[in-house]
Amino acid sequence: MSDMLPLSIQNNRRMDRWIRFDPDRTVRLAVGKVELGQGNVTALAQIAAEELDVDLARIAVLSGDTQDAPDEGQTTSSQSIEVSGRSVRLVTAELRARVLDRLARRLNCAPAELSVEDGTFRHADAPTGHDYWNFVQAEDFAAEIAGTATPKPHTAYRVVGKPVPRRDLPAKVAGAAFIHDMVRPDMLHARILRQPNRGAVLAAFDEAPVRHAAGGDFRVVRVGNFVAFVGPDETVVQRAAAAAGPHARWDNARQITPAQQEADWLVGKPTNERVHGDPPMADPPKTVVEATYSRPYIAHAAMGPSCALAEYRGGVLSVWSHTQGPYPLRAALANVLGLPAERIVVRHAHGAGCYGHNGADDAAVDAAVIALQVPDQCIRVLWRREEEFGFEPLGTAMQVTARAALDDAGKPVEWTQEIWSGTHVQRPSTGGNMLTHEALPTPPPDPKPTDPPEAAGGGGTRNAMPLYDFPVRRILHHLVLAPPVRTSALRGLGALPNVFAIECFVDELAERAGVDPVAYRLSMLSDPRARRIIEDVAARSNWARRGPAGSGRGLGLAWARYKNKAAYAAVALELEVDQEVRLKRVWCAADAGLVINPDGGRNQLEGGIIQAASMTLKEQVTMEGEGVTSIDWKTYPILKFSEVPEIDTVIVDAPDQPTLGMGECTMGPTAAAIGNAVAHALGVRIRDMPFTRERIARVLLG
Amino acid sequence: MAIELVVNGTARSVNAADTTPLLDVLRNQLDLKGARYGCGLEQCGSCMVLVDGAPVYACAREVGTVAGRHVTTIEGIGSLANPHPLQLAFLDEQAGQCGYCLSGIIIEAKALLDRNPDPTRAEIAAALDNHLCRCGAHPRILRAVARAAALIREGAAP
Repeated sequence: MSDMLPLSIQNNRRMDRWIRFDPDRTVRLAVGKVELGQGNVTALAQIAAEELDVDLARIAVLSGDTQDAPDEGQTTSSQSIEVSGRSVRLVTAELRARVLDRLARRLNCAPAELSVEDGTFRHADAPTGHDYWNFVQAEDFAAEIAGTATPKPHTAYRVVGKPVPRRDLPAKVAGAAFIHDMVRPDMLHARILRQPNRGAVLAAFDEAPVRHAAGGDFRVVRVGNFVAFVGPDETVVQRAAAAAGPHARWDNARQITPAQQEADWLVGKPTNERVHGDPPMADPPKTVVEATYSRPYIAHAAMGPSCALAEYRGGVLSVWSHTQGPYPLRAALANVLGLPAERIVVRHAHGAGCYGHNGADDAAVDAAVIALQVPDQCIRVLWRREEEFGFEPLGTAMQVTARAALDDAGKPVEWTQEIWSGTHVQRPSTGGNMLTHEALPTPPPDPKPTDPPEAAGGGGTRNAMPLYDFPVRRILHHLVLAPPVRTSALRGLGALPNVFAIECFVDELAERAGVDPVAYRLSMLSDPRARRIIEDVAARSNWARRGPAGSGRGLGLAWARYKNKAAYAAVALELEVDQEVRLKRVWCAADAGLVINPDGGRNQLEGGIIQAASMTLKEQVTMEGEGVTSIDWKTYPILKFSEVPEIDTVIVDAPDQPTLGMGECTMGPTAAAIGNAVAHALGVRIRDMPFTRERIARVLLG
Repeated sequence: MAIELVVNGTARSVNAADTTPLLDVLRNQLDLKGARYGCGLEQCGSCMVLVDGAPVYACAREVGTVAGRHVTTIEGIGSLANPHPLQLAFLDEQAGQCGYCLSGIIIEAKALLDRNPDPTRAEIAAALDNHLCRCGAHPRILRAVARAAALIREGAAP
């Protein structure tokens, strides 16, 4: 039975690790997933309130704390509700059942005769005088979680499925709310002089001009090639770090050429080769067509730079971080610092949205390394803007060739998706190195080439297998071993480039076959949930009245099921193109099964649409010389308010279906819908992101 | 040196060099954390405050240049106990995800509504073009500002 349990329960079998009843008539729910701005903590509280039959306001959530909350690994991959939500539901349903069983024995009645109203127990509609707070005993928590309790049927839900306001938002519109705002006793500010790359050696550093520019007191903490400016005045250390670059001479610094910033640079480089799916057809049709699509390197580009606090007192290291995974970060800290994990506590605090693996963990290691050098003080590290853009792990560039062998009707009978990509995971928990570690006197070995397994949704292969009814579908994955920069998880991993390629190529094949793109899709798609969302956005976008191509106005459509097993999303998108692309309107439909907080879900769907539109139209990390050259918002522009379209979103009602993670499902469909709408507007296809004014001009000039 | 300024309606004296960024003075000397460091380059708007009613990037503004002037931060706009209609409207619309950009945006919106009590969607968007949001909460933010405008026109205390 236990192998059927969600991973979160398998790893945390004690009931009291999850839940506690406090004397102020609140319920303390502890979870390992963390709030990243996606609203998951509010949704988890809804689930607990529902199963316990306690008012939502009584549920206090502690999330992401290696001392007091369960280990649920990383908060990634749209898994918070699918995995943690399922765990919270089983835990709270089981606790409620245990308590009511015991009360039934006490009252000599059947458990079914008991009910719960805001935490108080009633028998045959009369008060029993008992409630969770006065009746729950140690014995209710004694046994391991069995995971066998039957949660409520969805038809009985009163809190789940209702739009509920986010718990973390009020502070964020009022003042202090973030890790950046924390003030601890004996706090010192720190800024880092970053090693330009692994292996670079600080040959000389001229402190005098840096001290002059800083205009105040600070100390330089140096450990190997790691250098930090530490002092009581944040302005001073910020100025020191800003001035330091030209006064540091690095030997063995890398030299990057601009050609390396392009996806096509990956082709032909040393790789680890992987093949998935069906064997090739022995005798495929003669008609084979292909097209190649690409996405460049993309920055997470958090609004607030990475920040961390660390203090080393009495042999215990306490770290505050906006990490996605407090326990994995603790393990990484133990590894880098040579401290036993039992002497490290990591606590989550709110940061700016991260959209994957950004500098959060690295900043935490920065702070910890300094704290060990400067014990008994709190070290607050804040990355500079150019440091955030220059040193965060990037979403890797990808080049994708879609190849189809077509039958006489112009439909694929064999589809091959050939992918060139750097790795999508170099988290500390998956063998990646922390930046600071590489600068220390004993750097770790080079990370081994790896990518998430297919069972976890894959990395470069994420969403590469088309969900159409093609008889033969296969993936050739060239995992490129040495991209010019560190790459790691960016929202959706390979899903956006792969869906972009599949859904654009399907439009190209439809045109070749002389069939309407929606009709073409539906003619080779039997999944009713997929058909339903496509038909929905086609109807709402007035697809039937779509005009001929080349008018300057385009309507495009695309869909995907995230990871081929999470939420379904379809996007139709209207735009205009003259010199650049202007988005006009977006229609979105999603099917995520049981949705805990529909307003939170809608927020995620729409945020994904806008972020993907920004990436598709504008974003590319540029590189030259020692590293990244897109180091501010002028050189790395994102979508602005006046460029954001109106979005109409529908969430399909499917409460009887299991919850499907929806945080990343609209990204790929949006990119592909833009690709298809631009092709419709221009009558010419653009296959490489971003769709900048320069690229459009180049394509139009042939 | 001592610099006198009026912050959120209260006269304050701060001991700082003329050239210290206003943002650092607000956050580290006056413990007003609502204005946020985003870029230090006047590009993202996370640090926006009002100086004599006009939106100003606090990250690069030297505190010496605001001596004797009125500075308003999000804490001076309203509080959780006594929220401004803009703050209410942002919560009503759940207009945000990570929320890092929101205090600067509310400051900018306050300046907009002070000069234009009934802006169109396009006018709101144009006013907010100095502000970046990475999460994609833009449609909700635009709705929230329009909703706040309506609340204020209907008589809620601005």
